[in-house]
Amino acid sequence: MTDMTVLQSRSEDASTGEDFSASVMSIEIGPAHPAMHGIVRLTTQLDGELIVGMEAEIGYLHRGFEKESENSKWIQVIPYTDRLNYVSPLLCNIGYSMAVEKLYGIEAPRRAEFTRVIMGEISRITDHLTCLGAVAMEIGAFTFFLWFIKAREYLWELVEEMTGARLTTNWTRFGGNAFDLPDGFLSDLSDRLAKLKEVLTECDKLLTRNKIFIDRVKDVGAISKEDALSYGFTGPMLRACGIPFDVRRADSYSVYDELDFEIPVGSTGDCFDRFLVRMEEIRQSISIIEQAADKMPEGPFMTDERMMHYPDKKDVYGNIEGLIDHFKLVMEGHQPPAGEIYMPTEGGNGEIGFYLVSDGSGDPVRVRMRPPCFNFVAAMPAMTVGHYVADIVPIFGSVNMIGGELDR
Amino acid sequence: MSEEISTQETETPPEACELTTMLEQEFPGAVTGFHSHRGDETVIIERSALESVCRFLRDDSRCSFEIMMDLTAVDRLEMNETPRFEIVYHFKSLTHARRLRLKVRLAEDDCKIASIHHLWKAVDWYERECFDMFGIVFEGHPDLRRILMYDEFEGHPLRKDYPIDKQQPLVELKEVEERHVYGRHA
Amino acid sequence: MEILLEIIMIPAVLAIIKIVVIVLLFALPLGTFLTLMERKWSAMIQDRVGPNRANIGNFTGHGIMHLAADGLKSIFKEDTMPKGADGFLYLIAPFFGLIAAVATFAIIPIAGPIGDFTFQVTDIEPGLLFIFAITSLSVYGAVLAGTSSNSKFALLGGTRASAQMISYEVFMGLALMGIFMVYGTTRVSGIVDGQNEYWFGSLIPMWGVFTQPLGFVLFFTALVAETKRAPFDAPEGESEIVAGYFLEYSGMRWAAFMLAEYVALVGVASLITTLFFGGYHVPWLHLWESAPQWLVTILQIIKFSVFTLFFCWFQIQLRWTVPKFRFDQTMALGWKKLLPLSLINLFVTAFVILAFA
Repeated sequence: MTDMTVLQSRSEDASTGEDFSASVMSIEIGPAHPAMHGIVRLTTQLDGELIVGMEAEIGYLHRGFEKESENSKWIQVIPYTDRLNYVSPLLCNIGYSMAVEKLYGIEAPRRAEFTRVIMGEISRITDHLTCLGAVAMEIGAFTFFLWFIKAREYLWELVEEMTGARLTTNWTRFGGNAFDLPDGFLSDLSDRLAKLKEVLTECDKLLTRNKIFIDRVKDVGAISKEDALSYGFTGPMLRACGIPFDVRRADSYSVYDELDFEIPVGSTGDCFDRFLVRMEEIRQSISIIEQAADKMPEGPFMTDERMMHYPDKKDVYGNIEGLIDHFKLVMEGHQPPAGEIYMPTEGGNGEIGFYLVSDGSGDPVRVRMRPPCFNFVAAMPAMTVGHYVADIVPIFGSVNMIGGELDR
Repeated sequence: MSEEISTQETETPPEACELTTMLEQEFPGAVTGFHSHRGDETVIIERSALESVCRFLRDDSRCSFEIMMDLTAVDRLEMNETPRFEIVYHFKSLTHARRLRLKVRLAEDDCKIASIHHLWKAVDWYERECFDMFGIVFEGHPDLRRILMYDEFEGHPLRKDYPIDKQQPLVELKEVEERHVYGRHA
Repeated sequence: MEILLEIIMIPAVLAIIKIVVIVLLFALPLGTFLTLMERKWSAMIQDRVGPNRANIGNFTGHGIMHLAADGLKSIFKEDTMPKGADGFLYLIAPFFGLIAAVATFAIIPIAGPIGDFTFQVTDIEPGLLFIFAITSLSVYGAVLAGTSSNSKFALLGGTRASAQMISYEVFMGLALMGIFMVYGTTRVSGIVDGQNEYWFGSLIPMWGVFTQPLGFVLFFTALVAETKRAPFDAPEGESEIVAGYFLEYSGMRWAAFMLAEYVALVGVASLITTLFFGGYHVPWLHLWESAPQWLVTILQIIKFSVFTLFFCWFQIQLRWTVPKFRFDQTMALGWKKLLPLSLINLFVTAFVILAFA
């Protein structure tokens, strides 16, 4: 093991100067472990209960997203993006579609953008609910986890109404969305959000001021601002350190500049701050959804530009342009103009950046997704060394490592 | 200085020229190309100037790119372009609210480049992934080994000449040191 | 008939009958039943239904059949032993906990004595010291399991278990010193009878919880830590060390650990009832002077069972409500907060007894 951060000073007893390095125990918090959701292997060196060295090994869920994308058409990549961050799949869908739209240089119609905001924020809420629930469960508060799962079910019913699936949503298209708002969706939305707010209040009372919980997560896994920036943190992890960087505000995209929301910021960057930042982000997302639902404009949900979407069946069988467009789209796929772009959007974990390179033909040259939790897991040894074995659990939980996003 | 991509609809915002001109002034001869397709500022530099340019980008107060966002590569074999590999760095500055893409071109038979892991800590794992997927060797990296693939993997998967359905040789079951044997009480 | 009564009156036979009734018909069934009720009551808090599928024919009995299913499953599972495990110690480790938990019931009275016949298996003079001795034995179970399993996670769990259990025994003893001082005896029946006194005429019974409130809290905490239930289940680990000291056990041996934990739960509840809540004495029953003896006994058994069941329920709810302590926090809590509190409790009790002697 070469790349290991070892605290050399701990292996010598300060008073007697004896070298205790022989008593360091090496243990595998291995890939198959109840707390390693998403699968990661942490090889840990322990001195009693104290962690003196750690190395993280990833790649257990690598499925070749980027290679597969190069062998597909541009539109066929959208289902692959569902499976990247599989607890907030709509955010990945939206990120990829907006990236291709940037490549084309077009924009989706306003109704589509507002609907994307609503679905994206619902996805963000489900991501945070899963993360916080998992952290609480592993610290021992099982009830909190199950109440959050119940709340998550309400949201997944909404996602299913809109897209037809709970996880493999495959909903956005280039220049708009596949489906428009179903009837009664907005009233269902306000019902479910009301229930979600109830669950949030209950869970807040249960855990946020609970002394045992605070003792477990306060001052655990803290990271300084400079280290966080150097490690490339984005998203809730960076905001918990005190830096208010949110892509929705900094590089504003879609209709976020018309919506009013705050960015919660922590101070110390420990697990408790990350927990509080995520809880507050859930509330802010609820507010965004309500504003977007109020401002929902009428209009088309898909752009009119030719060769961006399959034409209506009556056009395909009715006139020659529809027939030709349909044929070319199916046989050759989308052909964005040559160029390269990087489109940053705010995912559940941080900045999801899609870097796309096109050469003008229908085959992608490069589809790259910048994974936010790659940086977090790279920083795991730095955050964990010096703490106890039992601290691995809250630190790893607050990192919210999603295997699909980390390994692609 | 050649325009890499010419499209009718890109405007060049004034800041784009500012950063590129700053780099051209500080490092004469290092900048071999630039563009800002769809508003993304991109600068192509020489391999030899990489470390000094990156250090300038991080430390100079007019740039202060605190975050290294992404480090990846593009294999341009199928576009019939040489040099074959293009290493792409994305940076983000929080103080100036600006992004930059830096590119370095490497030939196929000489795909080595200096490592910048001492400038940003995030670069460590990203360079390992680039090595794993493309076979680019980062000189000066403390521990350049595969990260997503297993150690016995042969080849570099994201290269265009690596067929997507290539079969890898089977790996023998490794003997774990304290291998447990389960059975009746021995 | 006469011969039968004479045989029963032999002390040994009497003791065996009492053991059968108290242990095999009260403690062990209740412990087993609690394995199911834990899952049902936790489901109730968590807005779920809990297990209700196991059935014979179509009879599910709201999940009762799960007890049979779990038992049969444990018996039929492969009985494994890791290579390199210390054979003898590995095999005997599960039973220490079970023995200790069951032996706790030796001195617990379920109902008041009728003439010479006591509802207690044995009423030895150092009754409570016997409890301490037996719970000290249960430490061996966890430690042996952890160290003989030839597994690092089990070793961590076993080490944590030993440190935690030994530390909390100290406060357990100190918390009970107050009880000794107030009721003046270590004989369990003496303590229970002492709680039958009343203050202010016949208004408030002198239960342990009223005479020693701080002692009650400390003793309860110490016992929850002894049985390694949440929030003190760091030795069991679950999230970081997978299952702690009983990681490498499967089948019936693992079921023995589980059973030991639940029987200990019942034991803890019974102890609390006996020492702090008046045992079997129904409050204010002495006012009804013409109550027939059989009715009094039945009411006493009901009162004892109800209180025991309540404390079982309370411990189970506690597990599903509060998060777990980290191990060093458990130790810090014990030595830095509970030990001074128990000493203060001692001094205050002594002062009050002397002042109002």
